[in-house]
Amino acid sequence: MSILVLAEHDNKTLNGATLNVVAAAQKIGGDITILVAGSGAQAVADAAAKVAGVSKVLLADNAVYAQQLAENVAGLIADLAKGYTHILGASTSNGKNILPRAAALLDVSMITDIIAVEGPKTFKRPIYAGNAIATVQSEESIVVATVRGTAFDPVAAEGGSATVEAVAEVKDAAISKFISEEIVKSERPELTAARIVVSGGRGVGSGENYHKVLDPLADKLGAAQGASRAAVDAGFVPNDMQVGQTGKIVAPDLYIAVGISGAIQHLAGMKDSKVIVAINKDEEAPINAVADYWLVGDLNTVVPELVSKL
Amino acid sequence: MKALVAVKRVVDANVKVRVKPDNSGVDLTNVKMSINPFDEIAVEEAVRLKEKGTVSEIVVVSIGPKEAQEQIRSAMALGADRGILVEADDNQLGALEVAKILKGIVEQEQPQLILLGKQAIDDDSNQVGQMLGALLGAGQGTFASVVNVTGDKVQVTREVDGGLQTVELNTPAIITTDLRLNEPRYAALPNIMKARKKPLDTKTPADFGVTTTTKLKTVKVEPPAERKAGVQVKSVDELVDKLKNEAKVI
Repeated sequence: MSILVLAEHDNKTLNGATLNVVAAAQKIGGDITILVAGSGAQAVADAAAKVAGVSKVLLADNAVYAQQLAENVAGLIADLAKGYTHILGASTSNGKNILPRAAALLDVSMITDIIAVEGPKTFKRPIYAGNAIATVQSEESIVVATVRGTAFDPVAAEGGSATVEAVAEVKDAAISKFISEEIVKSERPELTAARIVVSGGRGVGSGENYHKVLDPLADKLGAAQGASRAAVDAGFVPNDMQVGQTGKIVAPDLYIAVGISGAIQHLAGMKDSKVIVAINKDEEAPINAVADYWLVGDLNTVVPELVSKL
Repeated sequence: MKALVAVKRVVDANVKVRVKPDNSGVDLTNVKMSINPFDEIAVEEAVRLKEKGTVSEIVVVSIGPKEAQEQIRSAMALGADRGILVEADDNQLGALEVAKILKGIVEQEQPQLILLGKQAIDDDSNQVGQMLGALLGAGQGTFASVVNVTGDKVQVTREVDGGLQTVELNTPAIITTDLRLNEPRYAALPNIMKARKKPLDTKTPADFGVTTTTKLKTVKVEPPAERKAGVQVKSVDELVDKLKNEAKVI
């Protein structure tokens, strides 16, 4: 078994999601190589070389990979794929953008969002917004898959001593171009990796109230902040905070849902959290069915009281 | 320019599905079926581009059972001009086979814009658009929240993990829609009537040289682990106490 893992990074630092993918790779077993495709990404490759359990790092450093456009990176992966039995990436917007394209270039089917490794070619993955778990077996020569980070404990970021090899190959499909990006700045922990997540829904009423009520709670707990789709669509908070089937999948130790009714699509993104707390004025809210503790009350009084008592 | 929109017939988003007792799949008998919500957004976007004069014709395609013509008719009621149904057994087709069939259709129809939903809410794969891009050698604007067409270039603003990213693609371009791209309209009754008369061709996968079945075998389908029932707490004090001493998470 020989596994190629696509690194998640921003050309400066290695994203923690990569460590979860390496953990899944270790469950499959075999030699693990990390591919860093970027521009000016030597620091990322050096960090990847220290990841526990990794034997080799491939660094494809070229301006054409600067924003990791799928058209270029997928071509690179397809070229490098020879000799690997598995190609894995994180179930992030990046991994989901690039890997299916690489799989099709290799003419193989792909498995999205694996949550368990049952064998070298057999995996579990959620379907129907997490309302069913499918066990799928790949009969392809190369298994291409994305890994749901929250389903695998990350490997240590330090302790490895892989060699870094430069990849000379430059794949420029020249059919797409990066124009701009707008990255949301936040001092809080990253949503998908946080130990505690505080989320607000339509019930918080407004963007102003979201911050007034939930910021102190998140500050007190050192928590990341999330939101339901309703809160995002209403413009309370930016969409990269959305938790759910179509947003981010989180599984923190503690998830506090405030003013969230608990639609199927939202539950798909958080129901694997260890402990779920629901604060809602509606006794019948579906969120209560998955909550470990639920408190019926007005969030505008309950949450500040909670902050004061923590 | 011509736009091609791919729609999938899936279980309605509001239905809570049940796993069959023999673990062979999900029970879809007598369950309400609809256009996949992301695909409905793709149809709406194509219709808006047509209303702006950018798009001249919208072809809607669905690959699936005979009943999928209902979804094609719905798309035509929203404004698509004609439909193509590729009749096939959903269970035989994976994303790669669907992408190969779509490639055949694209080669026949020569659209400049190809719109798909970012994922189907049944298999949650999020693969077909990207795979089609690879097979066609076309650029992909996945998870689109804004689409702007100027001449033979398409600017797509994409929803990425940290925020938003804008890319520019040459045509033909593939766009997969995110939820925030637009708010799909409702079909008016006269449009539903008119949609019945719009042309709908029926094809088979073999017409596009696709005869293989997916190499991903579903071994079994199980319900997810049940969470144990929670308790209602009566006060903030009780909640804090439970979190500290029972759950030990704070």
